[in-house]
Amino acid sequence: MDYLLTFLPWLLAAVQALLYLALAPLLAGWLRRIKARLQNRRGPSLWQPYRDLYKLFGKEARVATTASPLFRAAPYIVFVATWLAAATVPLIAVDLPTAMVADIIVLAGLLALARFFLALAGMDIGTAFGGMGASREMLVSALAEPAMLMAVFTLAMTAHSTNLASMIDAQLAAGLVLRPSFLFALGALVLVAIAETGRIPVDNPATHLELTMIHEAMILEYSGRHLALMEWAAQIKLVLYGALIANVFFPWGIAQSTAPTALATGALVILLKLLALAVALAISETVLAKMRFFRAPALLNLALLLALLGLLGHVILEVGS
Amino acid sequence: MTLAELPLLQQLLLVLAALVLFTSFVLLEQARLVSAIHAFAWQGALIAAITVIVATGGGAKHLYFSALLTFMLKVLLIPWMLHRQVQRLDLERHTQALRRPALVIMAAVALVVFSYWLALPMVAQELTFTRNIVAVSLAIVLIGLLMMVFRPQAVLQVLGFMSMENGLFLAAVSTTQGMPLLVELGVAFDVLVAMVLFGVFFLQIRDSIESLDVDRLNRLTETVENER
Amino acid sequence: MTAVLLTVFAPLAGALVLALLRSSYWAGWLNVAVAGLSLTASAWLARSVALDGEIAGLSFRVDAFNVYLVVLTAFVGLTTSIFSRPYMAHVRETQRTGAGGLRVYHAMYQAFMFTMLLALTTDNLGVLWVAVEGATLSTVLLVSLYRTPEAVEAAWKYFILCGVGIALALFGTVLTYFAALHVLDDPEAGLTWSVLYGHASDLEPAVMGIAFVFLLVGYGTKIGLVPMHQWLPDAHSEGPTPMSAVLSGLLLNVALYAVIRFKMLTDGSLAATTTPQLAGYMLMAFGMLSFLVAGLFLHRQRDVKRMFSYSSIEHMGLMTFAFGLGGPLATFGALLHMLVHSLTKSAIFVTVGHATHIAGTQDIDHIRGLIRTQPAVGWSLLIAVAAIAGFPPFGVFTSEFLLLTATMDAQPWFTIALLSGLAVAFAGLFRNLQPMVFGAAPEGQGPVTANMLPVMTHLALVLWLGLAIPPFLARWLDRATELIAGGHLL
Repeated sequence: MDYLLTFLPWLLAAVQALLYLALAPLLAGWLRRIKARLQNRRGPSLWQPYRDLYKLFGKEARVATTASPLFRAAPYIVFVATWLAAATVPLIAVDLPTAMVADIIVLAGLLALARFFLALAGMDIGTAFGGMGASREMLVSALAEPAMLMAVFTLAMTAHSTNLASMIDAQLAAGLVLRPSFLFALGALVLVAIAETGRIPVDNPATHLELTMIHEAMILEYSGRHLALMEWAAQIKLVLYGALIANVFFPWGIAQSTAPTALATGALVILLKLLALAVALAISETVLAKMRFFRAPALLNLALLLALLGLLGHVILEVGS
Repeated sequence: MTLAELPLLQQLLLVLAALVLFTSFVLLEQARLVSAIHAFAWQGALIAAITVIVATGGGAKHLYFSALLTFMLKVLLIPWMLHRQVQRLDLERHTQALRRPALVIMAAVALVVFSYWLALPMVAQELTFTRNIVAVSLAIVLIGLLMMVFRPQAVLQVLGFMSMENGLFLAAVSTTQGMPLLVELGVAFDVLVAMVLFGVFFLQIRDSIESLDVDRLNRLTETVENER
Repeated sequence: MTAVLLTVFAPLAGALVLALLRSSYWAGWLNVAVAGLSLTASAWLARSVALDGEIAGLSFRVDAFNVYLVVLTAFVGLTTSIFSRPYMAHVRETQRTGAGGLRVYHAMYQAFMFTMLLALTTDNLGVLWVAVEGATLSTVLLVSLYRTPEAVEAAWKYFILCGVGIALALFGTVLTYFAALHVLDDPEAGLTWSVLYGHASDLEPAVMGIAFVFLLVGYGTKIGLVPMHQWLPDAHSEGPTPMSAVLSGLLLNVALYAVIRFKMLTDGSLAATTTPQLAGYMLMAFGMLSFLVAGLFLHRQRDVKRMFSYSSIEHMGLMTFAFGLGGPLATFGALLHMLVHSLTKSAIFVTVGHATHIAGTQDIDHIRGLIRTQPAVGWSLLIAVAAIAGFPPFGVFTSEFLLLTATMDAQPWFTIALLSGLAVAFAGLFRNLQPMVFGAAPEGQGPVTANMLPVMTHLALVLWLGLAIPPFLARWLDRATELIAGGHLL
């Protein structure tokens, strides 16, 4: 029995990590479907992303003759790093053994690792598109990362911890508190998420025919299972940011114990939250037009400004009292 | 007392105050005149909302009146007047980007920090629930000042001026639950007259330099005086 | 009380009537009449204050300090209005403005007088702010009256700079009110100066210190303290000359008056702290800076009205310095200096107005041979500038001598700076003045109709004050000194 009690949380953690893998294509499919509906199309089925992945895994992976081993290794590294990062973010339950590593700095580090290899892979072949995409990706992330860290530190200052699980616990313990700093941090984090996951108005995930593409330009040379891993990682990243925003700012409903009912509620609630976020994203992508790439820094500067205001607002309005 | 122990209404107050600060930044950076006027109107609306909340929380009855005054003046009348003038001067599509935006925004952030530092002794005194907004209001005043320095366009300068006035009003509401009614009316009257005069000046400036870029009002400097 | 109301509200009623009056001929006369009425009422007011000590009520409060400024304001208002009647008629003839412009001018002239007198007599610091802001609003259209690009620019600069300054002053006022609310039970009395002065020692020093910085910068913009003085030379040189006379002679005084009132509160509040002199030191620093910088700038001016506006900055700096120095002697000297500077400077601007009409330009290089063309104007200018430069036996000499003595007593090292500053300013004035009054008159330059009565009156008064201050005035100033500095001189 004791054995079971220590084993169960680990099992839950593993299930949660697998859930990220399983949910990611679903969210992508849902997003595409909502967008199609908003544009008066019928759109593909919800399960289309799964079929795409399945198909790609079955295909032969062609690699350019100029590619170095790094090019082959990159998809695995990117995928694993992103997945690990996702596994640190509490999805349906808070108090899991993985909470110990669920640190916001670890998260940022893992994502940076994934991005680093993605950019390297983009440049590896030596095509114009790959290099261009990599340089753009680096520019965007160089601007987005400080904003993200600052926004997250605002939260960390409130919770007195950089641990995601303790942040969520602190939020839940405080009940409904309107914090000006959280409002700004949320705004900043949403903008960062949009930029990092390559959504409109920074990047357009639906096409690789534009000269302004970023993410698609880097993975242009991949095929077969390599491409599948890259796409899957991108989908996981989207879920990761969704879960981060949903659970840190609106943690209500997340399971705080391992009781089956709590877990079921947690799973259901997070699913609803993610679906709702996806709807909001789809609407904003339909309404907004993609910016010229040179305008993107302005958007990220806004994110930085919001994060900064969040930090200042926290210091002035909350610490000051 | 931490934030979480405050009643919800007062937390809302802090959120609104933070949003006012945000509109100040938006105003500072906004390139399109019409959008800047809208941002200004939003700022006024937020301040009116803050005034109402303070009135409910603090039981100061005359604040309802000054909230109404703010709403009429800062949300409806002045934006409307500016809008009409912008239309009449054919500036509706006029945009003017902020020069060296990063530097100016950093300066504005520095001003926020500075006003926090300056307001500390006041905040450190015993506490009413609005006291910690005083730093925000001072920051809005100073950012308005910054805007008047870095936006050499007559309409934007007027917006900077008016947002300074907003900051002052917020300061009065947050520190002292509003000034005596007589003074408040006098201030509102002065603001209104100033707005009318600004309108007259837009026309005069346009007639004299055929633009509203006050950078081109540069005949009266000491150096030019010397060369003459 | 009736005297107060009559003094203050006669100009307001006058402004309303003048706004409606179409005939600019009668408007000129009515302007004089209203100013005369206001002066009569203020003389009556001065008599009551002399008898009763102080008059308070309806949130007005007149004591020895402000009553003398009220009389001075009303007096300069009257003499300038006498001067402005033929002057503005001349402006009209030379097509620099139209009938509408004159109507605005006359209405705004009285509106300006109203705001000045209201600012001086009110006991409410909020109303004081409203009145000083009102003074900007009423004069800003007058600065741009001629509609030249320069005039519009000067007016815009004046509007924006003073608007910003005055906004900062409002922040200071809010902070003062905040400090007051901690001490007083009745929030409605929180801006009443006399009540606050009674509780000055209880006001929170940290808050009052910050408040005073904002107030000094805010009202200091109006005084024309360096570095917030940028608007002043422009507004003085581009506006109509009567406007320059009242701006220089009155507005600057009233702004300084506001700062002094707040200094009295701040001093009371800071008395128990480690830096009781903080407000005074700030005044001294700003005053000394303005005094020296303006003296140097005098040399560079090519526009005659601009030059004299720098002279105004210089003298306001001197007064600010003296008030900052504190102590009965310096305060008495500063009060006297306020009086003689207003009289002399408005006389100078009136004379300069005539001189520019004679020469047809404000350019110093083209104003020549005034004494040959019109001896009355030339000699008046010479004497007035001699007076403002501090020559004995004029009143400016007396007050500057008192100030130097006080400085020698309290801060000996500053005497050197003061003396060299005075010498620099003196040289700057005279090197420009000499060719203007002497020198050969250009061809075709003829005399203009000039009413030298206001100038003569002012200069005679300044001379009188220099030779012997009449005992009633000395007592009067002494009581004001006692109010401000807390000690007698006589």
